[in-house]
Amino acid sequence: MILETLTSALATGAVRVVDLTQTLTEDFPTIVLPPEFAPSAPVRIERISRYDAAGPAWYWNNLSFGEHTGTHFDAPAHWFTGRDMPRGTVDTLPPEHMIAPAVVIDCSAESAADDDHLLTRAALEVWETAHGRIPAGAWVLMRTGWSLRKGAAYANLRADGAHTPGPDAEAMRWLVQDRGILGFGTETIGTDAGQGGDFQPPYPAHHYLHGAGRYGLQCLTNLHLLPAKGAVLFAAPLKVHEGSGSPLRVLALVPDAS
Amino acid sequence: MRARKNPLLRTRRPLLPPGARSRAAHLLAAAAGQGRFELPCCTACGRFAWPMPELCPACLSEVALQPAPAAGRVISATTAEVPADAYFRERAPWRVGLVQMDCGPQAVVHLGPDCAPGDKVALNLMLDRAGQAVLFAAKKGQDMTADPQWHEMTANPRDRRVLITDARHVAALPLARALVKAGAQTVVVGVPEDWKPLPARAEFATIPGVTLLPLDLVSDRSVEDLARDIGGKVEILINTADWPRPGGLGAPTAAADARQAMEVVAFGLMRLARVFGPAMAGRGADGDGGAVAWVNVGSVFGRAHPPVLAGYAAAHAAALAFGQALRADLAQGGVRLLTVLSGPTEDDWFQTFVQPKVGGKALADAIVMGLMKGLEEVVVGDLARDLLDRLAENPKALERELAQGRF
Repeated sequence: MILETLTSALATGAVRVVDLTQTLTEDFPTIVLPPEFAPSAPVRIERISRYDAAGPAWYWNNLSFGEHTGTHFDAPAHWFTGRDMPRGTVDTLPPEHMIAPAVVIDCSAESAADDDHLLTRAALEVWETAHGRIPAGAWVLMRTGWSLRKGAAYANLRADGAHTPGPDAEAMRWLVQDRGILGFGTETIGTDAGQGGDFQPPYPAHHYLHGAGRYGLQCLTNLHLLPAKGAVLFAAPLKVHEGSGSPLRVLALVPDAS
Repeated sequence: MRARKNPLLRTRRPLLPPGARSRAAHLLAAAAGQGRFELPCCTACGRFAWPMPELCPACLSEVALQPAPAAGRVISATTAEVPADAYFRERAPWRVGLVQMDCGPQAVVHLGPDCAPGDKVALNLMLDRAGQAVLFAAKKGQDMTADPQWHEMTANPRDRRVLITDARHVAALPLARALVKAGAQTVVVGVPEDWKPLPARAEFATIPGVTLLPLDLVSDRSVEDLARDIGGKVEILINTADWPRPGGLGAPTAAADARQAMEVVAFGLMRLARVFGPAMAGRGADGDGGAVAWVNVGSVFGRAHPPVLAGYAAAHAAALAFGQALRADLAQGGVRLLTVLSGPTEDDWFQTFVQPKVGGKALADAIVMGLMKGLEEVVVGDLARDLLDRLAENPKALERELAQGRF
């Protein structure tokens, strides 16, 4: 009955489906590590045939990419703090975690003014006064407007590293330990701020999320189409054997505001 | 500045000069391709011979190439106004002559301007458009760059449009400068991962005629898109893409680095070759400014493989193999492939290598020199030359030395 109601709402437009996924392209920026570390393979799309001599009636490509390219999912095993988590890789992930409520924290104005804007616990508490307590088991999505940027402006690399917004360490500790969130999602290349490597602990989103068996989503888009609360997220990574993450299609169900 | 092509006229199809040679004569092609003036010389009686004989014409002993004095005197000079051969007919009038070489033999040669019987001339062993070794005689010290016959034998960047594939290479900026100085009409420089900062971007911008465009050799789409834009407007392509990462087979990052090196250096070349190769070969006779040369800037470690550069050396070895296939394709249009073999360059990745290393400007100057002379192989840097000499002399010894880190 519930599902019939849902499908009916989808058919009438009472519930809309919003695609939060960036198109998987070869020139989409990926995480940049110091080059002495092993690099992730970029996204590569190589044609096998396209109705031509290599295959006269069919079109298909060879596709290759690192697990953390494009709009992608971070599983607990991605970070050392989550290495011992049960069901910590994408092939063993509980499927019920792949559908969950989402709240959106709008930081777009602050991020437009400051590339290094940090989401703080205080800001989250202000959000709660307006919208109520962040529910346990929910995705928290940090809306920054970053997905509207392209290429170099999106990566925003300078001599001292990337400058992109993200959460500070206390915000992440609080979300994970005091609010019991399912995961944290961003529009930027990582769940952490561009300068997050110098925080304490380094990369606090990775540290706290994965250390508690929680998840990350990054390179999201269209977050401006989501309400502050009330959306439901579908985020099912590829079932890669012992995978630490994967590109995926992220969809949100949203009640029609009109 | 050359005139724009009339778009209503058919592009002239490439024809080649007669290319049949004996197997032994390819020794001369190797010497000409490397810029060495060497002639067949009898190993017993020491007489020089021309053209390449199977045995010494005087004593029937074996012959081998030897450095020879590159000078002679014109015996006779002729201008072919209506040659029978289609290649020369299109380029007539064409001067030829008979020269008495100082080292003994007489030879029919391509002749520079203003050479008359009795004149002293300098001799050059060059590759013609068919890739075969020929003798070209001209007055010593004469500037030949404006001579149309000399122009056919070389790959002068003047008035030509050039593509440098990787702006991040240590030689890219000095190369762009050197090409513009040599008279290149435009220089497009590809920027891989355009979303990352390019430290020299501002310096590129100050060079007139230079344009930066995104180009990722690891992406079919990126390479094909650039070819769709400018594939028919590139007369010299210089592939500088590289992925130097030290490390032996057991290095923690060996697999990822080797894979990426293969993608950039070997498969990147293949991606370029598949789209730019046919476009350039088809324009090998497109007027004075037709496509003329492809340069692969490779590493000497593609020939001599140190274990500490296992993946890098393998990628460059693969690129050399791809290069031979590309040379065969380009040759159909009379477009030559210049292979540059460089020693370790002055950049972060060869930081711990001993001097002497190759600076970007030295590499750039060597490339332009190779184009101006119409060469097929240029070795840059003392270490590179030494490694190749040792490889030719005793390859197993070199393998052992490199295994011990003795460069």
